[in-house]
Amino acid sequence: MRPHDILLPVAAGLCCKPGGFHIDPVRPVERAVITHGHSDHARPGHGAVLATQETLDMMRLRYGDNFARSTQAIRYGEEIRLGDVKVKFHPAGHVLGSAQIAVSCNGLCIVASGDYKDATDPTCTPFEVVPCDVFITEATFGLPVFRHGDAADEVKKLLASVTLFPERAHLVGAYSLGKAQRVIALLREQGYDAPIYLHGAMEEITHYYQSRGVALGELRPVKGVKKADLAGTIALAPPQATSDIWTRRFPDPVTAFASGWMRVRARARQRGIELPLVISDHADWDGLTATIAATGAGEVWVTHGQEDALVHWCKSRGLAARPLDLVGYGDEEESEAVAADEAEG
Amino acid sequence: MNRFAELLDRLAYEPGRNNKLRLITAYFRDTPDPDRGYALAALTGALSFKHAKPGLIRDLIMDRADPVLFGLSYDYVGDLSETVALMWPKAVLAGHNNPPPPSLSEVVVTLRTLGKTDLPKQLARWLDELDETGRWALLKLVTGAMRIGISARLAKTAAAALGDKDPHEIELIWPGLAPPYLDLFAWLEGRGDKPVNRDPAPFRPVMLAHAIEDSDFASLDPADFIAEWKWDGIRVQAVAGRDERGQMQARLYSRTGEDITKSFPDLAPSLRLPGAIDGELLVLREGRVQTFNVLQQRLNRKVVSPKLMKDFPIHLRAYDLLGDDENDLRELPFAERRAHLETFIRKLDDPRIDLSPTVDFDSWEALMAARADPASAGAGEDTEAVEGVMLKRRDAPYLPGRPKGQWWKWKRDPHIIDAVLMYAQRGHGKRSSYYSDYTFGVWTKSEDGEQLVPVGKAYFGFTDEELLQIDRFVRRNTTEKFGPVRHVVHEPDQGLVLEVAFEGLARSPRHKSGVAMRFPRISRLRWDKPPREADRLETLERMLKDVAAN
Ligand SMILES: [Zn+2]
Ligand SMILES: [Zn+2]
Repeated sequence: MRPHDILLPVAAGLCCKPGGFHIDPVRPVERAVITHGHSDHARPGHGAVLATQETLDMMRLRYGDNFARSTQAIRYGEEIRLGDVKVKFHPAGHVLGSAQIAVSCNGLCIVASGDYKDATDPTCTPFEVVPCDVFITEATFGLPVFRHGDAADEVKKLLASVTLFPERAHLVGAYSLGKAQRVIALLREQGYDAPIYLHGAMEEITHYYQSRGVALGELRPVKGVKKADLAGTIALAPPQATSDIWTRRFPDPVTAFASGWMRVRARARQRGIELPLVISDHADWDGLTATIAATGAGEVWVTHGQEDALVHWCKSRGLAARPLDLVGYGDEEESEAVAADEAEG
Repeated sequence: MNRFAELLDRLAYEPGRNNKLRLITAYFRDTPDPDRGYALAALTGALSFKHAKPGLIRDLIMDRADPVLFGLSYDYVGDLSETVALMWPKAVLAGHNNPPPPSLSEVVVTLRTLGKTDLPKQLARWLDELDETGRWALLKLVTGAMRIGISARLAKTAAAALGDKDPHEIELIWPGLAPPYLDLFAWLEGRGDKPVNRDPAPFRPVMLAHAIEDSDFASLDPADFIAEWKWDGIRVQAVAGRDERGQMQARLYSRTGEDITKSFPDLAPSLRLPGAIDGELLVLREGRVQTFNVLQQRLNRKVVSPKLMKDFPIHLRAYDLLGDDENDLRELPFAERRAHLETFIRKLDDPRIDLSPTVDFDSWEALMAARADPASAGAGEDTEAVEGVMLKRRDAPYLPGRPKGQWWKWKRDPHIIDAVLMYAQRGHGKRSSYYSDYTFGVWTKSEDGEQLVPVGKAYFGFTDEELLQIDRFVRRNTTEKFGPVRHVVHEPDQGLVLEVAFEGLARSPRHKSGVAMRFPRISRLRWDKPPREADRLETLERMLKDVAAN
């Protein structure tokens, strides 16, 4: 049996014929196995959905109770049989509940890692290297210029700015699911214990994180707070909200953005960011290459992002590698927001 | 160096003037001598050492990185220094006692004396020791490509804030100061006396104009302004003063303060009166101003021969007076300085130095007419050397930098055509994620019938909003991709018409169309116009003939 007899890219996503399911399908399918709760990976309208409890809960929060006909929760380390294959979930370290999915059949193991990062994150279970024959990796930051450094240093930069400009508000753009909670947790790790303010669109998901035991300290909604009272505070909002009229409720805000893209100055300037914070929920170049090597995989399939560079790197190391032309997965930080505006009214 | 780099990085993103000031002042407060002094020098453009060529930086990274990965990265980032700073491999330093990253002083002092052959090794060592931001700042510094977006004036104002002083006080003593400005900081912190300026003929930072837009006129009153011709020469400052022994010292400075006296020994003897003239350097033959091309023969010459001086007689046309003997006139309104200037030039009475005439007008329409036809508005035979008009507020003091609303330049109308967008390519730097480089064409008849032939490329002129619109259009209407180039649909009924403005036109056998444009830019998007109605090559050829006939 060859790898593509087990998993094959089709229009709906990665299809596992012998198992009778798709991984992270972008179109409604009969059976879906889902890596994590970001909206480009977890879509509504499938028949049966297999995912971690957290991912299922996030889908319910976003799409309502009827997001799928039936659901089944699975834990990290748990293995189940689907058709002719075995499926096992492992932590991906990307966001709360995110998983890599190992698919095995006749002694051949393929790992679809979804989105992942090997950096520490106080809000989710750490990434685990899964030895395999074929490793499917994302390549969001698949260029050697992307090196994320220590997220704690970036948060220190934010706190230094708060000290230097006590009369201004610091408005941090952060993706609502995962990034926002990580930034809050990092601030708490640095000893920042003042209330942190939230845009309406991220309240629900953040409270969900708290309900799962992630300690985030005192959080308050921005809505209803007087402009003057926001001086000297830190507020979090979906990236797009930091560049629209919503920001007028803050006193002379310093616009920050927590994202791996902030490593490249042009990207930060293009968005009018004043304080770029290089904090990413995806592996950086060093993380991607170290992970690929650690899995021991002889073959690597590269999906969304800078596939060319990573494929080139794999080949230069003697690994078989090819880009997987999957469409519909994006850069979540660029695509969020419409929902955010609606939520805030 | 890392701390200075952090400051530069933050300044590059911060748009507010006051916030920039606070960032710089905080840096001066927290940073010891002599580092902060060299930082002040870097911010005011007062550092000088031989710059490294980009090729050297490229060689350094090529020794350490996969060329394919470097190529893809550079394509994405769009800036050589930044790409190298980001992908520089982590140094594997032996032992635990890693050297500390270099200080700014160490970098500046070393670069001053370092031989060319030692530079690559030294740079590599520093790059190993610095963090990403530090590497970026170092590479910008050594390649001389540091553009921080702050004026020298702002940096001096931030220094002044350290001691609650008026920035003007620093401006006045500045010409006598040198990096790392220990005496300046001592004075600002109340530890020393105010430094004095002993330079008898110092440079004063120049005042610059904004380009005026059609929409600006509505809010401006013609009565508040004085107009002059904008000459197509070289902006200079001619300064004379007596030194301690009473000897007259004369100097000619470029607009950036570079001393260019030696290149114009024929002008120096004419600077006989103590004072500081702001004016335009021109070549005059029999009283007539020559074009910029003629003036160019006098520039960047190592040897200034008597023949050169005779064939290209240099001339100074004065339009402002910044100092008259001991008196600093810069605080006076322009109208008063102009009166001083007229008296000064009359007293000087020298054939090599004359007064730039004012242009009479009572309405913007009248000035527009003068600008369109300088010959009949007083410029006479010098019309060809007129680039446009300058508008100066009567009440404007002489302020260094480019203060808002004081001086305006209004260039003569560029040529305009309607062309069709044919190909698009990603921009560099700030625009690396947008298709912002456009090749456009006009219609011509060929054997295969009507066809578009490319006539130029434009990267400028559109607003950010328009860039987004074009970028979206390009992505949705790509017919083919060739490497980084996208072919965009360009049919008679399908495509995007761009109104292109340009400064001049020349015949060019190198271009398929046979013409080459100078400084083309997108002046408007003509969503309303179908491509079939765009201009034809014949229109451009006619313009060429008109130019030749003039
Ligand atoms: Zn994700
Ligand atoms: Zn993804």
